[in-house]
Amino acid sequence: MHFADNIDYPPLLRRPVVFLPLLAILFVALLRADAAHWAMVQPLLGGLSLGGPGANAAVALGLTALIGGNVYLILGLKLRWQVYVVWIELALLLIVFFVSFDLSWEFIRRKLWLLVSRGLVTTLYISAISIVCASVLALAGAIAKLSSNGIAMGIANFYTSFFRGIPLLMQIYIIYLGLPQLGVVIDAVPAGIVALSLCYGAYMTEIFRGGIESVPVGQWEAARALGLKPRAIMTRVILPQAMRVIIPPTGNQFIAMLKDSSLVSVIGVWELMYLARTEGQTEFRHIEMMLTASMIYWVLSGTLELIQARIERHFGQAHVR
Amino acid sequence: MSVEVVSAEAAAPPLEIRGLCKWYGKFQALDGIDLTIAEGERLVICGPSGSGKSTLIRTVNALEGFQSGEIRVGGITLTREPASVEAIRRRVGMVFQSFNLFPHLTVLENCALPLRLVRGLSRAAADAQAMRYLEHVRIPEQAAKYPAQLSGGQQQRVAIARAVAMEPQMMLLDEPTSALDPEMVKEVLDTMVRLAADGMTMVVVTHEMGFAREFATRVIFMDRGKIVEDAPPEAFFSNPREDRTRAFLRQVLRGDGAL
Repeated sequence: MHFADNIDYPPLLRRPVVFLPLLAILFVALLRADAAHWAMVQPLLGGLSLGGPGANAAVALGLTALIGGNVYLILGLKLRWQVYVVWIELALLLIVFFVSFDLSWEFIRRKLWLLVSRGLVTTLYISAISIVCASVLALAGAIAKLSSNGIAMGIANFYTSFFRGIPLLMQIYIIYLGLPQLGVVIDAVPAGIVALSLCYGAYMTEIFRGGIESVPVGQWEAARALGLKPRAIMTRVILPQAMRVIIPPTGNQFIAMLKDSSLVSVIGVWELMYLARTEGQTEFRHIEMMLTASMIYWVLSGTLELIQARIERHFGQAHVR
Repeated sequence: MSVEVVSAEAAAPPLEIRGLCKWYGKFQALDGIDLTIAEGERLVICGPSGSGKSTLIRTVNALEGFQSGEIRVGGITLTREPASVEAIRRRVGMVFQSFNLFPHLTVLENCALPLRLVRGLSRAAADAQAMRYLEHVRIPEQAAKYPAQLSGGQQQRVAIARAVAMEPQMMLLDEPTSALDPEMVKEVLDTMVRLAADGMTMVVVTHEMGFAREFATRVIFMDRGKIVEDAPPEAFFSNPREDRTRAFLRQVLRGDGAL
């Protein structure tokens, strides 16, 4: 917990009023879902042939006991180890789940390099350029919204309302297919970058505005009283403090954008999702490619999470006591 | 800067206020204030809360606007023009009740950044000057720390050093000890005394009446946006002329052994 109290409440999952109904629900759910016939349960049964009406109930009971006992054991560990064990168990479950699809590893190995060298690289540079453009737009939008200039405020309000209000997919189509009507012919990749930048810039405008507004008015007054000019006040005093508030939701936006960049595949950009789909089609191995692409996205967003944590530490260093 | 301004500056008093009026909507915060402060004067402003003390000193460096009247700082008339406001803010240092140090900068950077950005000093010169003033408020050993790592009294001394390092002609202090724990009030008051010994012109809003009596060369009492009484400290505290001043002093001095 963020602010731990000094009372040891009994863990929720150790209370019979909590765990007994939970286990009952689990048991009934497994029973109704016919758990005995799940592919991923088969290895656990060790090739035992299942017959008779009681078999499903036995499997459901066994699984319920397994999960209940597992939770009981984990609750006895130290906090840090609880987290590790839960991570490992969930990861194993995910792997078992995937393996039960009867994947062709050979196919994944064969196509992985293409996905990484063409798809991942395209996804990365589309996202990276869009992230930079969106941040610039967001800063400009936030300053415009907080300004006392009616024209700037009007433009910024209209911009955020429009681009937050219509689906990203439509924005991509409008920019790629609509702009040529005005005589502006734009390639698929730049069109995707423009659409992502505009869309995420609109969301991030609100984040930046909130961050700037979170800085106490006394900071503005002190900077003004010292004679700093508006631009210096913003860049040297206000924004560095606003960053603490801006960075966590902005990291969220970056991770979301990374995956939303897959939407530009609809206009034929050879990014990760597009390649995963088309390569999968050639040999009817859709699941293999989709799973591989998903795992690549996960690794990427995990990397972004680490970077975000580092930046948060940097801007939080003044607040350690 | 024009020649007239420079020549006017030599003769003009640090602060002249004529007929100053300010309204917040229908509420009149300042009602025809006239006030002239001489070089080296140490003016203490006291009065009940909401009497306009803070508003008055905040209009001087344009942190608050006003509707009518005139303010002149060292002969420069305060308008809404950038040149006027910038010139006046360079001449006037300010210390706030809540310190308002920049939490993302170290103590040294707090003092050196404005020197670089406003006075145009090089990094080395700014750091050296900032350090000199941190020594002046006796806190040089904290230079590398962040404000959150200091006590309230230390933070307020840094805020004073930051303002004085800009080498203003006058200091405005808005209840500089009101946010402090009792045991830290003295170190800040001592710092102000040291500043006064250098001959700094100071305008202080404070509730520390014992200190005011020792420190001030002149005390004014404000109520409902007006200056009610204006006297040297001795006369102000032992023989106030106005009933409202007497009532106020009875209130704030009850149980205070300072008088």
